[in-house]
Amino acid sequence: MKPGEVRILVLRSAGTNCDAETASAIAELGACAEVVHVNRFIRGRRSLEEFHGMVLPGGFSYGDRIRSGAVLAKLLSHRLRRELQRFVDEGRPILGICNGFQVLVESGLLPFGEVGQVKLALAKNASARFEARWVYLLKCSATPFTGKLPRVSRMPVANAEGRVVFPPGEEQSLLEELEESSQIVLRYCTREGEPARGEYPANPCGSFADIAGLASPEGTILGMMPHPERAFYRYMYPDWTRDSALGMGDGCAIFEGMLEHILKSQG
Amino acid sequence: MLALSLEEMRAIQRYYRSINREPTDVELETFAQTWSEHCVHKTFKGIITYDGEEIDGLLKSTIARVTRELSPEWCFSVFEDNAGIVDFEGDYAIAFKVETHNHPSAIEPFGGAATGVGGVIRDILGVWGEPIANTDVLCFGELDYPYEKLPRDMKHPRFIFTYVVAGIGSYGNNMGIPTVNGAIYFDSGYVGNPLVYCGTVGIVKKSRYRREAKPGDVLLLVGGRTGRDGIHGVTFASAELEEGAEETFGTAVQIGDPIEEEKIKRAILKVREAELGSAITDLGGGGLSSAVGEQAHRFGCGARVHLERVPLKYAGMKPWEIWISESQERMLLLVPPSKLERVLEIFEEEEVEATAIGELIPERRLEVYYGDERVADLSMEFLFHGLPRVRRAASWSPPELSEPRFEAGNLGEDLHRLLAMPNIASKESVIRTYDHEVKAMTVLKPLQGEACDGPGDAAVLKPLRESWRGIAISNGLNPLYGKIDPYWMAASAIDEAVRNNLAVGGRRIALLDNFCWGNPEKPENLGGLVRAAKACYDIALAYETPFISGKDSLYNESPLGAVTPTLLISALGIVPDIRRAVSMDFKRKGSFIYILGETRPELGGSHYYKLKGFLGRSVPKVEPSRAKRTFAALTRAIDSGLVLACHDLSEGGLGVALAEMCFSGNVGARVELSLVPASREMRADFILFSESNSRFLVEVLPEKAQEFEALMQGTSFARIGETLGRELVVTHDGRELLREHIAELKRSWQSGVVL
Repeated sequence: MKPGEVRILVLRSAGTNCDAETASAIAELGACAEVVHVNRFIRGRRSLEEFHGMVLPGGFSYGDRIRSGAVLAKLLSHRLRRELQRFVDEGRPILGICNGFQVLVESGLLPFGEVGQVKLALAKNASARFEARWVYLLKCSATPFTGKLPRVSRMPVANAEGRVVFPPGEEQSLLEELEESSQIVLRYCTREGEPARGEYPANPCGSFADIAGLASPEGTILGMMPHPERAFYRYMYPDWTRDSALGMGDGCAIFEGMLEHILKSQG
Repeated sequence: MLALSLEEMRAIQRYYRSINREPTDVELETFAQTWSEHCVHKTFKGIITYDGEEIDGLLKSTIARVTRELSPEWCFSVFEDNAGIVDFEGDYAIAFKVETHNHPSAIEPFGGAATGVGGVIRDILGVWGEPIANTDVLCFGELDYPYEKLPRDMKHPRFIFTYVVAGIGSYGNNMGIPTVNGAIYFDSGYVGNPLVYCGTVGIVKKSRYRREAKPGDVLLLVGGRTGRDGIHGVTFASAELEEGAEETFGTAVQIGDPIEEEKIKRAILKVREAELGSAITDLGGGGLSSAVGEQAHRFGCGARVHLERVPLKYAGMKPWEIWISESQERMLLLVPPSKLERVLEIFEEEEVEATAIGELIPERRLEVYYGDERVADLSMEFLFHGLPRVRRAASWSPPELSEPRFEAGNLGEDLHRLLAMPNIASKESVIRTYDHEVKAMTVLKPLQGEACDGPGDAAVLKPLRESWRGIAISNGLNPLYGKIDPYWMAASAIDEAVRNNLAVGGRRIALLDNFCWGNPEKPENLGGLVRAAKACYDIALAYETPFISGKDSLYNESPLGAVTPTLLISALGIVPDIRRAVSMDFKRKGSFIYILGETRPELGGSHYYKLKGFLGRSVPKVEPSRAKRTFAALTRAIDSGLVLACHDLSEGGLGVALAEMCFSGNVGARVELSLVPASREMRADFILFSESNSRFLVEVLPEKAQEFEALMQGTSFARIGETLGRELVVTHDGRELLREHIAELKRSWQSGVVL
């Protein structure tokens, strides 16, 4: 299989708003990215079978009514349940960014890849505000998406509900379980790579255990609050004028990893 | 609530006598909307007598005249559309529009501000544009304004500030349009009249720009349903805010739904790409009545509308309510009948309601039906040309002011206090609640520097993935100067918007004007407006920066009096290659610091005077011929890659600009004031805090100094110091005036405004 034959679905719904730059990032790496409305799948006009991988981009799907990502998650887990479970079971990678991460959590795809099994939530930020800022991320385990990511990387977050919370009373046991299976992939950290320890603004949402990104046990589903598509080129960085090195940004590695994984697994 | 003048009512009376019948309610409302100040701008188009002069149309004899006289070939559409449009690259053009939403924001700040953003985004959709960035400039009363001084029914500035910011963030963030540039200004003149300027920039494809409707084309209403929200919005906007306005105009503030607008945007862009529409406009002030009438008028025909077809939020609305409702998230498309089916399919796919409510007709009449009943039948000719021209008197005399006398104090302390003044202080706590980089186009962000928290002069966007060409977006606003002379306020606002744009590498600049003034029927209010408009002509012409769009909001009056007269100038420049864009933070130690431009003892309206409790009289002037030489030389230096950092000098002058460059770059500086090109015998504190226009600070590598200085020949400039250490040290003739640690300066600057 050639890179140009890799077909990535960028799934959108009403209120998705990061689909164009996400699709551009994938296309600029040589794969074929197609933005398709979820209704096309629900109405049976398109099929998930057509795609080797899927990205759920950022935005405010259905206005984040009820909870962030909840409506789109319900559409996926009820109207597309079988198709989606097959997609997951076949190990085709799914990347959820920001609102996409919220959808993955609300649908149960994260953390255990089981549609309908909601285990955690992305709650309102501890600051009770929308937070748009660049953060440092510590890579805590390797997944197909993060193989090429440096140990400490930079990307921006922009959300009002990005605080990972676990069910009360189960925090420690769930954390241990996820750590054991290397599912905590990205944590907020300081510029020097020290854990943020819940401190604002290094951990801008007040996420439990500094969690910024989570993967499924197999690592083929990744949800992350930071936006790799906004850190795709160096010129997107907030301080690129301070050094002359213009080239690829850290976010590029996420998409590269996804595409390479597809090429490898498709033979 | 018609808000028509006696003379206008008489004209309407004569019309009905001539056709020998009584007007219907729908017709009267149509006049009230179409003839409102908000829709027709009668003051700017009327006849004004000022100082023995008769001005026949202030707009066309000042602002629009600049563009006419310059007539640059890169202006694609100016003053005739919902937004001004200028060439960008190839088939791509950039549209820019700035609106105000003041009255609604005073009554219901969240909804008022949110729908202000939604409204200006629709202006961009209304030129077949794809919105890519928002700008927001906000003016509030002081946040510590005493509660006991507030008149009944008036909301506290802190409350308005909090919810206006939340409303703007909510709409822009939800729609996925980055808020990239803005300003927040505090003055007691805004307590009763907060100002909310909302701007949107969009990408237009010239080959897909359609304005060719003809009789037979279908009027297609798309988007949200119509309700009672926003009834009488324009008449509300064209009247003064009185006590009890909330009860009278409770229905005038609309309710926003950004997700609906996002869906509409998708559908409209698809219709654009498939070239299925013949014209488009937004539904804003006046609702259907204005949109339908104006479109029919534009294409030299008439229209027939069936109001019973309009989808409603709830039953029981009267025909006139449907006709003038300003419910949000609605657009009007004109579609040839042969293409209607495909257009309806596109809207269906995006889950947006689209309803054919009528068509254009060859007769120049506006016919409105509700079921079988004809509820309006008006001559287009009278509706659009029957409005008696307004005649207004204007006068202006300089206020009685004097220069203050005071001794300079501790300049280090003064600098700290200036940095903490709300108009100068960091707005980071606000900016971070706005998504400023969704779409991944924002390459120079509002917050810059080593810790990404310094105050950028302008935002730079890279709208096309395949091109390095960018746009720079900036603004200028100096209400304090207007208290001395509106002429120099306007001149300074243009200078500020332009120099902010130049500082990041922008050029080929287009301007937008937004006037917010008190009641123009009071000659002294109008006199100030005339002076400001005259400055717009003089300075913009000299700078060769055409106006491409603008809007005026008059009648900003409250029980506390008229608003502080305020002119916002927005600027849109081109950055040929964004890799050459310049940020304002000092980049390294050991660099040379240059000041460009001349410093004069003109501190009237300065923040230094304000800090000392004075207004003063010596307002900063603009000298276009000198300024243009500086501007051109700076652009050449940026293009030659000689400029490491550049920051314009504005509120707080040299002292504040230096401090900002230092703490944003996390490097100190040492500067000698006697080297600054300044008027003779100027006091050191005045050199440090004067707000003279057309000045910049520039950081240059020592090894590039010779080349830089060669480019600057023929302009006023000087090397005044270098970057080093972690302190800002200012000397005058070698004597140390201040020595402050940059971290401390930053702390003061960050303490001033907290959301």
